[in-house]
Order: sequence, then structure tokens, then C-alpha cells
Amino acid sequence: MDVIQLIVSGLANGCVYGLIALGFVLIYKATEAVNFAQGDFMMLGAFVCLGFTNADYLGLSFWLAVPLSIIIMGAFGYLFNWGVLRHMFGQSQVSIVILTIAVGFILRFAAGTIWSHEPVSLETPFAGEYLNFGGLVMGIDEIAIIIVTVVLTIGLYFFFSGTKLGVAMQAASQNQLAAYYMGIPVKRVQSLVWGLSGAIAAVAGILFASKGAIEPASGLLGIKAFAAAAIGGFGSLPGALVGGLIVGLIEPLAARFAPDSLSGIARIAPYAILLAVLVVRPGGLFSQTQKKKV
Amino acid sequence: MSLLQITNATQRFGGVVAVNNVTLHVEPGEVFALVGPNGAGKSTVFNLISRFYTPAEGSITFDGHDLLALTSDRIPSLGIARTFQNIELFEQATVLQNLLVGRTRHRRTNILSEIFFTPNARREEVKHREAVEQVIDFLDLQAYRDKMIAGLPYGVRKVVELGRALATEPKLLLLDEPASGLSVEETQDMAFWIEDIQKQMGITVLMVEHDMGLVSAVANRVMALAEGAELATGTPSQVQSHPAVIEAYLGTSGIQKGGQNAGEKTTKKAANKGGKAA
Amino acid sequence: MRFVFKTSYDADIRWFKHGPQMFWYGLLLVFMLALPLYFVWDGNPYLLGEFTGVLIFSIATMGLMLLTGQTGLASLGHACFMAMGCYANIKLLESGVPWLISFPLAGLLAGFFGTLIVSPVLRLHGVYLALATLAMAIITGDVIDLTERWTGGVAGIAVPDISIFGYQINKYANPYAFYYVVLAVVIIVVAFYRNLLRTPLGRSFAAVRDSEVSAQAMGINLAKTKATSFFLSCTAAGLAGALFGHSAGYVTNETFDIVMSITLFLAIVVGGLGFIHGAFLGAIISGLIPVLIANGRTMLSTSFDINLNIPGLESAIFASIVIAFILFEPMGIYGRWLKIRTYFELFPFYRKDMFKRQKSYLKTERVQ
Repeated sequence: MDVIQLIVSGLANGCVYGLIALGFVLIYKATEAVNFAQGDFMMLGAFVCLGFTNADYLGLSFWLAVPLSIIIMGAFGYLFNWGVLRHMFGQSQVSIVILTIAVGFILRFAAGTIWSHEPVSLETPFAGEYLNFGGLVMGIDEIAIIIVTVVLTIGLYFFFSGTKLGVAMQAASQNQLAAYYMGIPVKRVQSLVWGLSGAIAAVAGILFASKGAIEPASGLLGIKAFAAAAIGGFGSLPGALVGGLIVGLIEPLAARFAPDSLSGIARIAPYAILLAVLVVRPGGLFSQTQKKKV
Repeated sequence: MSLLQITNATQRFGGVVAVNNVTLHVEPGEVFALVGPNGAGKSTVFNLISRFYTPAEGSITFDGHDLLALTSDRIPSLGIARTFQNIELFEQATVLQNLLVGRTRHRRTNILSEIFFTPNARREEVKHREAVEQVIDFLDLQAYRDKMIAGLPYGVRKVVELGRALATEPKLLLLDEPASGLSVEETQDMAFWIEDIQKQMGITVLMVEHDMGLVSAVANRVMALAEGAELATGTPSQVQSHPAVIEAYLGTSGIQKGGQNAGEKTTKKAANKGGKAA
Repeated sequence: MRFVFKTSYDADIRWFKHGPQMFWYGLLLVFMLALPLYFVWDGNPYLLGEFTGVLIFSIATMGLMLLTGQTGLASLGHACFMAMGCYANIKLLESGVPWLISFPLAGLLAGFFGTLIVSPVLRLHGVYLALATLAMAIITGDVIDLTERWTGGVAGIAVPDISIFGYQINKYANPYAFYYVVLAVVIIVVAFYRNLLRTPLGRSFAAVRDSEVSAQAMGINLAKTKATSFFLSCTAAGLAGALFGHSAGYVTNETFDIVMSITLFLAIVVGGLGFIHGAFLGAIISGLIPVLIANGRTMLSTSFDINLNIPGLESAIFASIVIAFILFEPMGIYGRWLKIRTYFELFPFYRKDMFKRQKSYLKTERVQ
């Protein structure tokens, strides 16, 4: 029984990783930029929501705070691309990597200064409530995470296949120049992609903070999400989710079954798997190998 | 024996047949031109020779070597050098450094002698410089020797890329649209250089070019391609007057299986090219 | 404006392009050699220790510069290779290998194992390398913890003193001798670096950085060239790590953490990608910032009674500097210096666009 509970808890964690990875892959696909601050976006989203709803801060209703923080993070993503990244047009990918890493440091510092350096929990209406399925006890928060992730994934699927904006985003991601010629305002679409992934990061952050506690250093969780994205193949949205679930599951299971002398193995397991995937199947599990045309 | 022999090469990208059963041979010492409308598969032939692509069928041999058995970085060591359609220079390096990279296949030093910069490494370095200086003299690049590529005008870049290919001291030079984007004067210079490369240096040239003026001026033989397949081969005037070529360029009827639509598309592009050639 | 009339090919090959340049670098060398004299006179070698620290750091930044600035590959985990060099050096010394052998060997071992681990990823797009090395940086501490029997883990391990022909050198007992050892290593690494840049290997690095396709078309083996660059880079990092160990005297699983890896990377960006000078300037800045912040803090608390003790402030300030550089001066401090120098050399003919790079649509490695 405890193994099943471990798996459920791992799945819930994996969903959060998967959502961060999703935002990360979205940006990578649309702009070829790698946002190393995606985890910090998640952390910031959690703190924004927490700042609205927790009794220590504004104390607004949870159901008001959630959409507010999602909108704010969406706007943040949009403005970040519009105000900062747009000016790096034509610079190498490496500079964008460095820039987002640096932004991560600043976001962590800002969150710590504005809210708290200590871990804080998000006060949700369903905190501490459990459902009992014939001996299998599951927190409502965990169930909520899994349901929200599934709903969000299906929603994104229809967004990309069915809406004008979604199709434009796909087009811009596959060939910027051609999309531009076809009348798609590529730069604005890119900003919108950043906004979308900011909003997804906020959802991930809210889910994460309602299950456990959030602190500025949680932004570094993003690195596990990169592992998830790379395991999934970097350019694939379902791959990102699957990668997230793999990482989420591997941690508790490695901790549970590893011998005591190797207790640290759980911490390195996600990265060890990442390295293994890169070595054995370099393009990730859902790889799309591509080569430059000359 | 032919220097380069391509036999029944076919290359597909998904459902598109970019090169369809092409057979061509380039004789030592000649200038051979590939012409044809955009998307005819000319550059793909180059990429097959450079081994960036592996053909689905067919064989490519050069000077008795089977190219398909080699990876792309081994091709230059046989004496094949190339330029690119959309200039691929090393942007953050000087003209001199770019040309010196062309000497890679003549590298006789190893990592240790280079790190310690032994007297032998110095001698080799001077040798490379002498070879590169000859190219600089030949192409009149003296003024740009220490300039960064990133700041150079398009025409000069085109010449530097030619120079980098020449610095490898090739037997076969592949020129991918050497005159595209050049002014009339620059194109004339290019024509003289290609002639000198052939006559003085004895280097065989295989080129892709849209500018029929340049092709007629320098090429010994021409092959016209359309939709990946050979239309005609012969002297420039023979090919220009070949009915299949005229049809492909003027599109009196949809040629081959491409049908009406494809035919119209080529016509528009060909009209531009035709204007240039006239 | 200075005109250099070249009369032989050697004018382009030799290290110094003209007399005055040689003079300035000679002066710098004399200054570095004479620096300890001041501290001997002053009697307080504390600041010399800081200088030594910056020099050690600059060996690592040079290694990373070779990889990122010259070859265009990003490693976010160079502290990991420093750790490899450090522990290899300790273990070799403990098993009785003389320092003069253990030290270079430690560097080579770091280079070898670093390249071995990373080589499968080198075939891929650069982002994967950044990710893989980031993963390595994260697990470094945990791996050291897991191999506690060998590395001392959390409890740490003492680093033996340097011993050259029976002469013992310890950072605290004889800081001057330690400074000269580090300086000697720095000079050797600079010499090797400069040599590389004027030979085919260095040019093939630049070729791989600027255009993989045409590098291949010129006969450069991408995988081999990237691996060579990575090997040299890790070797330098390993040497820096070994010296860092001697300087710290005691290393634990937290010595080579991810912040160090990322700081190294940010340092070379601020210094100026692609220039040896940039490696040094970056090392100086990253060494200087903590000192400046500490001093500023003390000043604020003593004279204004403001207590600025916010965690993460140092990193945030450093990060802001990096962002400012990327947005406004992508060529780094050294690039800015080049512009200023050119401005005065050409005065009044300097044009704003002289260093401008062509902006292009996304240079993609993907199929269009």
C-alpha cells in the first residue's frame, strides 16, 4: 500500500515538474531560447498567489487569488520578452541562457526580500483534507494536481490544434521567416508564448505550494524540470509531461528502495537518468533529429 | 577516367524527390555547370558530394575513391573544396584566419607541438601563411587581410569564401552560385577568376549558377536539371537551345509529372532568371 | 593611430605585435613578480591571498573561455571538473606521488574523465551540453557525499601541502611562495592558450564556433575538435581546482557547488567572451564583488546604522551586472576597452557602428 501512495505522491510531484517542463519546451519550440529561469517563474507565481491569499499577507479569497496570479505571471512573461529579450535579437543562444540564469538569481532574491526566505505553505481551502479509498489515503491536493494537469494538457492540445493563435504559434516555431511572410507578427506571437508559459508556470507554482511549501530556492526545481524536458526530448510537449512523471516517480522510489549506505542516490537519480538518456538516446525519448540546411 | 562520377543518385526528403536518378561525370580540367530553376536539386547534388546527405540510391566516386564510404569531414582531404549558396564564413574571425582554416587538410602538426609551439610548428605556420598569401594575391584580398568577416560587404565575403576553398589546394572546386548577389563588375571578376582557376591552376570546377551569362562565359559543359532530374547535358549553347530546357524555362506545357501548377511556378522564377541571362 | 609595418610572416605569428605592446605586458609581468614585496614590507599578506585567489580563479575562467569563447560550447558545470582535479591531486599526494607530478596529472585526469563523461553529449546541440554539465554541477556535491570513503564527504578532507624538491609550501605558512607557484601556473596556461590561438587547432575551434557546416566542409572533425576543446578546458579547470584545494587547505562536499560553476560562467561573460583578457577581467570582477559588498555593508552599518544583511544580495548584484552587460555591452569589459581604445586611436574618426555586428534572423540549427 505504501508503494501505491508513494507512486501517487510521485505522480503529483511529476505533474509539477511536467508543467514547468511544458512551459520550458513551449518557449524553446517557439523561440529557440532556453529559459533557465522557468523554475523561478514557477516560484514567483507561487509567491504571488501566496501573497494575495495567505492570512499573513493580503488575505484575499483563494479563488480570486488564483486567476489573479495566473494573469500577473502571464503578463510578466509577456513583458519579459517584450522588454528584455526582444532587445537581444540576433545574439547567440548562449547569451540568452546566461541572461535567464541571471534573471533567476534576481527573481530568487526579489521573492526572498518581498515575501520570505523561509518555506511557506499556500493556504488553500482544501489543505489537510484527505480522501480514503479503501485504505489508500490520498490528499485532495495531490488529486487536484493530477486533475489540473490533465485538464491543462488537454486544453493546451486543443489550443494548439484548434485556435488561430495556437496554429500561429506552431507556425512561428517551425519557421520564423516563413511565418513572418505569411503575415504572422512573429515577435508578438513570441511574447504571447512567453506569456502563456508564464501562466503555466504560475499554475505549477500554485499546485506545488499547495502540496508542500515554497521558498525562493524552490526555483532551482526548474533544473529537475529541465532534466524532465531533456528526457522527454526537448521539443515535444507530451515528452515534457512524460519526462516530468518519470522524474517525479523516480525520486520517491529510489529513496524507498535504495540501500541505506546509498541514501544520497535519490537526490542524484533524476540527473543520473538525464545523463543516461543523453548518452543512450541523445535526442531524448521523443526525439526529433534535425539538421541544418545549407 | 572521370574525376568525379555520380551514378544514378537519388535523394528524397520525405515525399519530395530532390534528386532523381542523376548521372553525371566531371572530367579533369573542365568547368562543369549545373543550371536549372530553383528547387531543381542543384544544391542537393553538392550536398551529396560534400556528404552532408547520403543518397538513397546510387554511387559517387572521386578520383578512384568511394565518397559514400567517407564522412563529410574526410571529403576535403581527397581534394574537394566547396563554397556555399548563403555564405558560411567564420564571422568572428579575420579574413586571414578564415583562409588559414582552409589549410586544415595540410596540417602536419599535432596538439602537443602546437601547444608548445615548437620550431616545427612555427615553420609549418609560415608555410601555411605562404600558401594563403598566394591566394590573397590571386584574389586581390590584401586590403582585407586583417579585417573581421562580420564587418565585410557581401561581395568581399563571396570572394573570401572562394579564397578559403582555394587555400585547401583542391583538385575539384565546388562553387554554389558564385555570382548570386554580385554586381555586374563583381560577376565579371568572378568569371576571370574561374577561368584562371581552370587554366592556370589546373583545378576542375563544378558549379551551380543561375546567371547564364557567366555559365556561357566559363563553362565547358552544362547540365540542366528540373525537379531533380536531368533535362539535357552539353555545351552551354547546346543546352540553351535544347527543347526540354526551353520548355522548362518558358513552361509552354507542364513538363514531366509536375503538372500544370508546378509548371507555372517554375515559369515565374525562370522568367526572372531569363531576364538576367538575356 | 599606430601603423605597424610587417616585414615578415613572423610579425603576425609572434606573441606581441609591436614594441610598445611588449613593453606593457613586460611591465605587467614585472608588477606581478614584484607584488609580494609590497606585502612583505606591509607585513600583512591577507590581500595577497585575495590576489592569489583571483589568479587561481582566472585559470578556471581561462579554461572555460577556451570552451565557450573560442569553441562556442557552454559548460555550466566547470566547478565539477575543478572538484575532479582537486580530489585527484589530494589522492595522488596522499599515495606519495610528488607534487610536481601529481599536480599536472590531476589536471589531465580531470580533462580525461570530464571529456569521457561529456563526449556523448558533444554530438548534440549546444543546449544539451549546457544541460548535461548543469546536471553534473548539481550532483557534484552528492557524488562526493556518496563516495565518502574516498573523498571525506560532508566531513571533508585535508589537502596536503605542496612540496617541491623537499621545500614545503603552505598558503598560510608561506603565502609568498604559494603566490609564485600560482603565478607560474597562470603564466604557463596563458602561454599555452596564446600558442593555441596561433595554430591550426585554435582556428579550428573558432571555425566550429562560427559555422559547424563549413568547418566540416573544410575537413574539421566536429566531434574530435569539440572533445579536444573540452579536454583542454577541463584540464585547466582541474589545475585550478587542485590549486584551489591547496589554497583552501580543507575541502568538503560543499566547496565546489553549483554557485561556483555558474559564477565561473557569468564571469567570462562579463569579462568578454573570446578574449584571454576577458577571462582575467571576469575573474577579477567576480573576486572583487564580494569584497566590495562586504565593505559597503560595513560602511553602511557603521556610519548610517543600516543593517543590510539580505541573503542572496551578492548573487543578485552580480546577476544584474551580467544582465546589464548582455543587454548593453555583449562584448564584455574587454570589448568596451577595445572600443574606448579605438575611439582614441582613431580620434576624431571613430564611428559608432565600427564594432556593430550584423543582426540577423534567428540563426537556427534546425531544418527550415
